[in-house]
Amino acid sequence: MYKTKSGEEIFIIDGHVHLWDASPENIKNIHGKQFIDCFYGYHSALSPPEQLWTAEKFAKYGVEQMEKDLFIDGPDDMAIMNPTYLKDFYKNGFNTIEQNAVLKKRNPDRIILNGAFDPRDGEGGIEALHAQSELYNIKGVKLYTAEWKGNSRGYKLSDPEAYKYFEVCEKLGIKNVHVHKGPTIIPLDRDAFDVADIDHCATDFPNLNFIVEHCGLPRLDDFCWIAVQESNVFGGLAVVLPFIHSRPGYFAKVMSELLFWLGEDKILFGSDYGIWTPRWLVEKFMAFELPDELVKETGKQLTLDIKKKILGGNAARIYDVDIEAQKAKLRHAELAMA
Amino acid sequence: MTVTSQARTDEVRAALSRVTDPELDESVVELNFITGIEVNGADVSVTFRLPTYWCAANFSYLMAYDMRDAVAALPWAEKVSVVLDDHMFVDAINDGVAAQKDFADAFPAEAAMDLSSIRLNFGLKSFERRQEALLRHLLAEGFAPAVILQLTVDGLARVSLNEEGQKLRARYLERRPLAGGLAAAFVTRDGTEIVPETLTAYLRNVRRVGLNAEFNGALCRGLLAVRYGEAPPVLPAEPELIDFLRMAPPPAPRL
Repeated sequence: MYKTKSGEEIFIIDGHVHLWDASPENIKNIHGKQFIDCFYGYHSALSPPEQLWTAEKFAKYGVEQMEKDLFIDGPDDMAIMNPTYLKDFYKNGFNTIEQNAVLKKRNPDRIILNGAFDPRDGEGGIEALHAQSELYNIKGVKLYTAEWKGNSRGYKLSDPEAYKYFEVCEKLGIKNVHVHKGPTIIPLDRDAFDVADIDHCATDFPNLNFIVEHCGLPRLDDFCWIAVQESNVFGGLAVVLPFIHSRPGYFAKVMSELLFWLGEDKILFGSDYGIWTPRWLVEKFMAFELPDELVKETGKQLTLDIKKKILGGNAARIYDVDIEAQKAKLRHAELAMA
Repeated sequence: MTVTSQARTDEVRAALSRVTDPELDESVVELNFITGIEVNGADVSVTFRLPTYWCAANFSYLMAYDMRDAVAALPWAEKVSVVLDDHMFVDAINDGVAAQKDFADAFPAEAAMDLSSIRLNFGLKSFERRQEALLRHLLAEGFAPAVILQLTVDGLARVSLNEEGQKLRARYLERRPLAGGLAAAFVTRDGTEIVPETLTAYLRNVRRVGLNAEFNGALCRGLLAVRYGEAPPVLPAEPELIDFLRMAPPPAPRL
């Protein structure tokens, strides 16, 4: 919970967090090492100096540190966990649903546990999706279109195989599809950053929400163009938000663009924990104001009400979280613990 | 180093400075990607690096190819080698560029297409970005929209501009042929006319292209600095295109 100076409580849903294991024991090969080094580069390049972690802590921080950073020291009320498997780079995977389920078990009212699928897994993958739904009652999935698999160097959301999975998602009530369209792991073939496939599936599956993580960076421009035409396309702020510290001028411009093209109801806060911790991000975001000249140019404001939507309201709407009921539930849980 | 080889090294650097990262639309020299230039008589070897191990292979390939072409165009250059360091596909990229292969041939198992469509798409983004920067400059200098939009390419080249305007104009005119179409200096990416009534909306629309490139540029510079343990370059809090053009000292040549 974040409290404003006037005492107003703001409910925070962190739209994008990870619990990974990139410890030396779990690293399989040079790619696994380079992958975590690259994440650490993002952490180091965009964090305020007092928020920097050592590389050792960054590689594996563990469940208790994460609870502390999100819910105790940090302002998050709830957090959405998206898995990233990377079994070719890490012996037990980087950040699987099973790993994430540990946190869910300890914090059932705070964690929204998402699954994952890969349309190239065929019938077996559809069965696995059913199993995830049954076991964890997932309401969302995370997809990674640039991931390699056998001879394939990525897929498109508009592929017929992907459509079969989306049909299953509709049937199982998995209505939130988080798509990693951002800095990719192995962007080799075609133009792996291309966001055009979102356009097709968002039109063809109007009952699903497509949350484009990292707002399509490095293709923010194309993403804005697509998102404005599709009412069920959202933008996740992970990676964009940390610029609020290192480049506030850019952040202001990007935020204005997102408000102009996507609109205030379709932007979701995400810390991308452990790359960044939510506390400083939320504090800076709450204190942030768009410069007058930008407001004049785009006609878009970043008011307290809009900040509340971005920090929690929008995610609550698509994940069917009743914020007041959830607040009461969390208060009970705290009392029981005390 | 002899006077001749110093002069040639400078010529190589000048040639490389016209090669851009297609995504960021900035020179590979200004981005600090070049780590070494060695000139030995008519032989040139260039080494470069990128902000991450994962930087897109197709863009890396484009840059390596363009660097080789730019240096090979120097009249005295005979043997040119361009070598990328510290990347997951160093071998495929370096061998492919050395053998002057197409991207698809360098990555036969993976690449489904050649790079020309990517090159054109990013060339057009660069066109829009540079056009927006120039248009905003001209408007800020007091030129009326109707006057600006009536200019032909030749007419634009003759307009008297200050130093910044001249730089922006030169950068724009490099890309202007990509949009083809009319004789007008300012057209859309499809080569169609822009009218004064829609200029504001048009600028609003292409603005996201320039912002995107600048945002990525800031990210990539930060990652490069962290990766190689260098202090991030100092820029104003809200750098404009011109700041990027001015900044970045050339890296020390490998002697």
